[in-house]
Amino acid sequence: MSPRTQATAERPAPAPVPPAPAKRPDRRARARLRLLREQPGRLAYLTLVAVLFFSGFPLYYSFVVASKDNSALAQIPPPVLPGANLVDNVRRVFETVPFGTALINSVIVSGAVTASVVFFSTLAGFAFAKLKFKGTKVLLVTVVATMMVPVQLGVIPLYMLMIELEWTDTLWAVIAPGLVNAFGVFFMTQYLRGALPGTLIEAARMDGASTFRIFWQIVMPAARPAAVVLGVLTFLTAWNDYFWPLIVLSSPDRYTVQVALSTLSGGYVTDQSLVLTGTMLATLPLLAVFALLGKYMISGIMQGAVKG
Amino acid sequence: MTIAAKAAGPARPSPRERRMHRRYRLDLHASPYLYIAPFFVLFAVFGLFPLAFTAWVSTHEWSLLSDEHVFVGTGNYEALLTDPYFWNALGNTLSILALATVPQLLAALLLAHVLTLRMRAQTFWRMGMLLPNVASVVAVAVIFSQLFGRDFGLVNWILDSLGAGRIDWQAGTASSHVAIAVMVAWKWTGYNALIYLAAMQAVPREVYEAAHLDGASRIQQLFHVTVPMIRPTIVFTVIVSTIYGLQIFAEPQLFGGGGPNGVTGGASRQFQTLTLYLYEHGFNRGFQFGYASAVAWTMFAVIVLIALLNYLFIRRIRSSS
Repeated sequence: MSPRTQATAERPAPAPVPPAPAKRPDRRARARLRLLREQPGRLAYLTLVAVLFFSGFPLYYSFVVASKDNSALAQIPPPVLPGANLVDNVRRVFETVPFGTALINSVIVSGAVTASVVFFSTLAGFAFAKLKFKGTKVLLVTVVATMMVPVQLGVIPLYMLMIELEWTDTLWAVIAPGLVNAFGVFFMTQYLRGALPGTLIEAARMDGASTFRIFWQIVMPAARPAAVVLGVLTFLTAWNDYFWPLIVLSSPDRYTVQVALSTLSGGYVTDQSLVLTGTMLATLPLLAVFALLGKYMISGIMQGAVKG
Repeated sequence: MTIAAKAAGPARPSPRERRMHRRYRLDLHASPYLYIAPFFVLFAVFGLFPLAFTAWVSTHEWSLLSDEHVFVGTGNYEALLTDPYFWNALGNTLSILALATVPQLLAALLLAHVLTLRMRAQTFWRMGMLLPNVASVVAVAVIFSQLFGRDFGLVNWILDSLGAGRIDWQAGTASSHVAIAVMVAWKWTGYNALIYLAAMQAVPREVYEAAHLDGASRIQQLFHVTVPMIRPTIVFTVIVSTIYGLQIFAEPQLFGGGGPNGVTGGASRQFQTLTLYLYEHGFNRGFQFGYASAVAWTMFAVIVLIALLNYLFIRRIRSSS
């Protein structure tokens, strides 16, 4: 089912020996052989190298700008190699906005959102995948339907709600709307359907385990691979969220990284090397996460695609 | 369930056994609802309720600055539909959406097609493609604003050295839309390519063998075999991209420098999108919650309408091919 097993299944089989000593292998078999032997040509690799260049270059360039002082940016031709001002620019970023606090705030928000989404999604996914109750179908369809609802359009009542709760300008206001999402529930339901044998649950019940104990001791460990995938995707989304935090946070020491970053570029004269140093600092943690867990992200996106 | 009933059903259960049995049945029948409840409750409170309540607020003269909320019926909508800035924002949004989505999804299809070949280092290429998606919209907007800078931007320098002349990307309507569309496309092409790749790998091998025998070239196979076979996935990506594209905010806001020029989407509102317009009225200018809610609800209607049109359009393609 996974793309990986598919790919290996397609490995070029050893050329089938024609069973009968026919003088001419028939047309069909010949074409099949040619097809199986088809290897990516130079053009394919060239395309991929070009894509890689365009993917990576803007990020690399932000690093170049971040390591220059502003006068160097006005040169013709523009610089394409890193300079020596990186440390100085980093210091200036931390002096201009409370960037350290913003990093901590973002870690708190993204961490809380990720833990909550993974936990509640696994809980609901377990119920949908393995427990029998009335209304399963209707409720699951509701979950899928809500995946596409543009909840961002509810910002105004959401903001009014935060005023009522006296949560404006606190991290709670950013965390609360992210605590659950429909994609997580759907993703976990799909995964647990396939990954958790029903007999295991029946056996645990026979031994007198309560449903919650089954969840805690059997489902949670079984869900770990999917939890990593969902966790990475959720963390990235939460870390990169901008519109809502911008609206609901007003004091600089409550800003998340994205909001702090946007204020750097808000001045009359934009200090490009300052702004892009901030960008680099905000992106580096994600690049680290991506380098470590990127392949889980890829499998998550691809699984979601096939089943969605 | 039947096993449990048998196990708990010997003759004359003791009161203790009966109590345990009742608890067991309660656990079996009630606990599933308990497990799905957190999702439904939290989603209702912080997701669906605000969205629905937007409709109510939109029929009122509702401002943060006053406690009185006067019912005005369709008043906000009438004001909205007669505001040229609203139509301007709608036009900009649709233009950016088209410029960003169409080339992006076509490129994603081609890329996915290349990736179905037996490449070496599969994971490496896939990660390379997904790299832009890791950067936040803010980072993307900031970086590309630098690249598209009028005086010191790299893009203008390249154009200039090719003899094409410099473009003031931010000042023009079309040029600013292109710049913003590039930001969106850069971030999402690889992501969509992975989704297509997953769908393509699920197409049975024999279909291609048959097409190959019929003499179809690789590119013919893509458009006559692959595309029809993965149509549901294409519909999915088109609709998701549309929903995302209609709500674009950070890219134009930061392209305009983040300040007042960002909120209006340039000095002559040449790239103000609907979400920027909503933000301007809801949070930047006197907290006109009633009016901004009318904007939000209108956007919701536009999103539903366009998603529906997409769906019908792609269905028609299927029935005609």
